[in-house]
Amino acid sequence: MRDRLIFTAQLLFTLLVAAFLVVPVVLSISAGVTVNYFRGISSGVTLQWVFQVFDLYADTILLSFLIAFATLAVTLLVGVPAAYALHVRGGLLSRIVEEIITLPLAIPGLAIALALLISYGGFGGFRRSWLFILVGHVVFTMPFMVRSVMAVFSTIDIKTLDEGAASLGAPPWRRFLDIIVPNAMPGILAGALMVVTLSLGEFNLTWMLHTPLTKTLPVGLADSYASMRLEVASAYTLIFFIMIVPLLVAMQFFADRGQKA
Amino acid sequence: MSHRSFIWICLLPLVAVTAAFFLLPMARLVLLGAQGPHGLAGYLAILFEPRYRATLINTMVLASVTTAATLAIATVSGIFLQRHRFPGRAVLVAMLTFPLAFPGVVIGFLIILLAGRQGLIGGISSHLIGEKLVFAYSIQGLFLGYLYFSIPRVILTIMAAAQKLDPGLEEAARSLGAGPWAVQRDVVLPALGPAFVASGAIAFATAMGAFGTAFTLATNIDVLPMLIYTEFTLAANFSTAAALSVGLGLISWAMLALARSLSGGTVAATG
Repeated sequence: MRDRLIFTAQLLFTLLVAAFLVVPVVLSISAGVTVNYFRGISSGVTLQWVFQVFDLYADTILLSFLIAFATLAVTLLVGVPAAYALHVRGGLLSRIVEEIITLPLAIPGLAIALALLISYGGFGGFRRSWLFILVGHVVFTMPFMVRSVMAVFSTIDIKTLDEGAASLGAPPWRRFLDIIVPNAMPGILAGALMVVTLSLGEFNLTWMLHTPLTKTLPVGLADSYASMRLEVASAYTLIFFIMIVPLLVAMQFFADRGQKA
Repeated sequence: MSHRSFIWICLLPLVAVTAAFFLLPMARLVLLGAQGPHGLAGYLAILFEPRYRATLINTMVLASVTTAATLAIATVSGIFLQRHRFPGRAVLVAMLTFPLAFPGVVIGFLIILLAGRQGLIGGISSHLIGEKLVFAYSIQGLFLGYLYFSIPRVILTIMAAAQKLDPGLEEAARSLGAGPWAVQRDVVLPALGPAFVASGAIAFATAMGAFGTAFTLATNIDVLPMLIYTEFTLAANFSTAAALSVGLGLISWAMLALARSLSGGTVAATG
């Protein structure tokens, strides 16, 4: 009897917490497709706000995708070979490099953005282009790629594979492409999903680094929250959810598979 | 090409990118912090200038309260979900963890929908007590936002830690005559200690440094990230902004280093 009571109380509490997290999302989605949020859903369902967002902010959505995939390309090209080198080399130097590239996770984005601004803000052409934002996103997401790939290396015997191929006469770069990269694929995929998701949602750095001509989706979101009617802001948020949820589901899928494997 | 030089070529791009776009800029930020009218003492302003100190205290109180509340909530729900299997449990876990990747700006907006001028809470309260409760644009709203941000992370950590607990210990305590509260207090909670420290540090560092949520809710909430932002953009007080953000960076780095040494995993403060 008492166990039953405790169980029910805990369940109710947990449901309440879940409601706190889910209800605002439901409100946001419904506000994005409601004719007049103040009058409620009875005023009708519409896609006019979604279209209005595309009219106003289509460029921010495109730029966000451009930056996310450019960030992914850079973190792949730079991060995957580096993860291999750090794993194979080992030792104190590798530890230090790993520590340093992980620092951007611990330092608030605002501080990194200020550091970039005071160092490179004077280079007008660079400052005004989207590459400036790209640099910030690369610094912020790189540790996720490197660590995700290194985590895979630590579970497989990369040295034996590498030496086996070497004994057959394959040069280092061939071994890297034909042996190392395919074996690291689960880590590369997990890292890639993380990098794209984080880049699409990054705001703290981007808000400081953007210019009126280089607005990303989260910057546009902040802009719409401050200046647009609630329905437009909600429709914009809805578009963001639609972009981000498949990535989250894919990430969860990989995480589950990784746990079972 | 030897294997050794290939390894160096693999590492070189990362070293170059990190040096040029992280180490060098951060070094300049640290230097700039000491280049204000007060020189190196600019770094002490965060502690001794009354206005900055008030903001620092405000931010730390908010972060502590957020951490305590998140830990309490996540412990009750996390242990519950780990102990019981019932229909719909998987859905409940998914609901509690999916906001993990929401950026701070979006969470700010969700809080506005909940407690803002046209918010749900205001609507309900004006029906019930005839008064519209609106608190999204204040420090209470920010508290709610950080709670939203931290609950998913902390619940995941607590669930993982609770899974590793040995049920035999609890049974032993029960067979020795301990009541359910005593078992929780003397066996379960102490065993979860490292998980509390690790996830609590993440929640604390996030609540110290998160900028997006505060920015969405109101620009005049008196917390450290907003102070840095206004010093930099509105007051153009670059050296103070630099000193304050170096201080903020040190605090959150120290918290997360502590968390990592106790949990052994990678932790990140974003938002």
